[in-house]
Amino acid sequence: MLLTALSILFSKTSGLEQSVGDEAPPILMSLFIFALFTFYKYRIERAESINFVDLLWKVFVTGLIATIVSLFFQLVMNMLGNTKLAENVVFLDFIYLSNFGLVAAFLISTFIVWKRLILYQKSRFLLTAWKIFEYALLVGLVMNALPVTIVENFEDVYLIILILVGLVLSVNMKWVAYLNFKQKWKSILLIALAMFYLGYFSFTLVSASSEIADKTDAFLDIRENIFIIALVSFIFIYALFSLLVLLFNLPTSSVFEQKLEEVVSFQKLSQSIQTEQNEERVYEILIESSVNTVFADAAWIEVDNEKDGPKYYTHKIDVEGIIKIKNHLIAYKIKGILDQGSDKTKNLNKYLATLRGSPYRSMMAFPIKVKGKQEATIALLKDVSEGFNKENSKIISTISNQAGISIENFRLLPEALQNERYKEELKIAKNVQSSLLPDEIVQDDDYSAAAFSEAADEVGGDYYDTFRINDHKVAMIISDVSGKGTSAAFHMSQMKGVFYSLTQHDMSPKDFLDSANNALSRCLDKASFITTSYYVFDTKKKQVEFSRAGHCPTLYYSKAEGKSTYFQNKGLGLGILRNEGFKNYIQIDTFMYSPGDILVLYTDGITEAKNVKGEEYGYDLLREAIQKHSDAPVEEIKKEIISELYAFTGTEAIDDDYTVIIVNT
Amino acid sequence: MVDVKRIQEGNYDLLTVVGDVDASSSIELDNAIEEAIESGGKKFLIDCSNLDYISSAGLGVFMSYIEEFRKRDITMIIYGLNEKVANVFEILGLDQLLGIKQTKEEAKAALG
Repeated sequence: MLLTALSILFSKTSGLEQSVGDEAPPILMSLFIFALFTFYKYRIERAESINFVDLLWKVFVTGLIATIVSLFFQLVMNMLGNTKLAENVVFLDFIYLSNFGLVAAFLISTFIVWKRLILYQKSRFLLTAWKIFEYALLVGLVMNALPVTIVENFEDVYLIILILVGLVLSVNMKWVAYLNFKQKWKSILLIALAMFYLGYFSFTLVSASSEIADKTDAFLDIRENIFIIALVSFIFIYALFSLLVLLFNLPTSSVFEQKLEEVVSFQKLSQSIQTEQNEERVYEILIESSVNTVFADAAWIEVDNEKDGPKYYTHKIDVEGIIKIKNHLIAYKIKGILDQGSDKTKNLNKYLATLRGSPYRSMMAFPIKVKGKQEATIALLKDVSEGFNKENSKIISTISNQAGISIENFRLLPEALQNERYKEELKIAKNVQSSLLPDEIVQDDDYSAAAFSEAADEVGGDYYDTFRINDHKVAMIISDVSGKGTSAAFHMSQMKGVFYSLTQHDMSPKDFLDSANNALSRCLDKASFITTSYYVFDTKKKQVEFSRAGHCPTLYYSKAEGKSTYFQNKGLGLGILRNEGFKNYIQIDTFMYSPGDILVLYTDGITEAKNVKGEEYGYDLLREAIQKHSDAPVEEIKKEIISELYAFTGTEAIDDDYTVIIVNT
Repeated sequence: MVDVKRIQEGNYDLLTVVGDVDASSSIELDNAIEEAIESGGKKFLIDCSNLDYISSAGLGVFMSYIEEFRKRDITMIIYGLNEKVANVFEILGLDQLLGIKQTKEEAKAALG
């Protein structure tokens, strides 16, 4: 504002001392206006709140201050009366320019406020139009500053164009719709006062300038200032439009408020499913929202409860009154509205007319359904007949539905939490189970081995392990528990226990399986069994002894013969025959190995893996894969087989647990 | 999905198993066999010619009745297994404990 005083003072001198030059005052004035513009732009545009009434209040206050100061000047003038000073042109010009400064501040701040109102709901077109308007005004300002007059008529034409653009922009009144009844009244008052100021200022300035004009030519006549005139016109037009639009919108503002109430009700209902709230709260919000949106005089919600009988949530009605109305409805055989289980909703406008001793003359009721089942009924009452219209019934129907959804969601929440906990538990189970599989296979100079195991679910039923019996004997086991998932995982851990307790006794594979069957027969549930192959590597004899308990046939690649075969030996799964007869079904096989031979232990998840066409990976592809990579180190063979398998199935998701162990002698 | 139907044919009950028996559908197979036993019949034929796939859980169902059949003196003959399914029975060794025949005629003959 420092510039204001400076500019005013400077301009003041223009009346007397010609030494400054004729060009200075208009330039300074334009600079002053520009400075004001920047100042208010910064202050009003950056303000966070978009409260329209606050904005209009700002306009009002600026106008008020300007008026008071201007009135003070007027008072001084009157006090001076007809003294010499009052006749002094310079003094008059000073007063006039001070007034002008105040008015300019008022105009610019109002202009910025109008801008915010117009641009409340922006579109690209509107923004462009506004920018053009602002630049056009700037050009007007610059034109004033320039001492030369280009064409006399041009300025008038330009002014008309500016006013027209302002007129076009003034139709943007969207903000009005967002005001409630009270705010609209306030706005009307504030705008009317702003218009009054505008008129007052215009009058003061014009009369003052004409007074000065009588005495001297060397002053800034605002009557010639395009910028000021355009600005005043624009502000006046927009104020007038706003006033009229506000006035005409007053009667419909209650509709807007009602709509707003609906939105708020929905929001409340959907927010009511937060953890600390409960179903009771949902019903409370429902009754409150319903009453507010349709302006009901009384309401109740009846929640059906098989154990404790119905529960009521009421608004301005007691349970006695409710029962009276219900009995009345029953007596007059008005069915299908309040009885639970019926989904008919009727507007009961007429029916209550016959109810004596009750102030209510109209009623509507809606079911509240949770998962398709009616759990409660909401009834709304009004003391005039035909009190509810179609619109009302639509709204309540929607709100009741929303309440049903909220309750449903609320009930789902504990379930979701429970599921989350189960997931956590399964994660723990997965960790525990993966620790049941060995970190590494017992190694020996005579062979190298690599293993891969992946469960289809969080936990699986595949098991493999190795154990060094003595310096030249290593036991190896692979097992597959029937079924999958958690039950399989439990049995798998039992298998591990059986393996470690038996294998250290240096048993023959057949005895091992027999003892294992004996033990497991007492552990496994009725329909569960475990298929197992048990191998004893004797590195001194270069021989492998093995038995098969219903497990997939072992694949053996002989380097000397250059081909691979599946061992065809008899066997029976552990736990299938739970008596002494079991050992009759088990046989021991022995083979001698030579360097470069490969033994492939696997579970049926591998051979039964299906591709998109439903074809199984099968024994042949597995055999071919081993043949192809027989010269590679075990780790690489393992990797190749797994990647070929995943390429075959075409998916990362697996149906059954995969386990494969490659042993290369 | 599996569908098990039971009809009475002559002196035996015929159970027809159609579809896939996996971990979840094995329960249906179990229920069907349980029901058949409870009906009091002593002779059963199980037609598996339309059984496309059987998982270990499905095999577990057949396995779980072996002991009960022996105790109750029930004879059950499975027939019509396709090559893949028959192989699964064989690998597990179940073929040694259950009566498995190629055709219905053979199965009927075995039933006596």
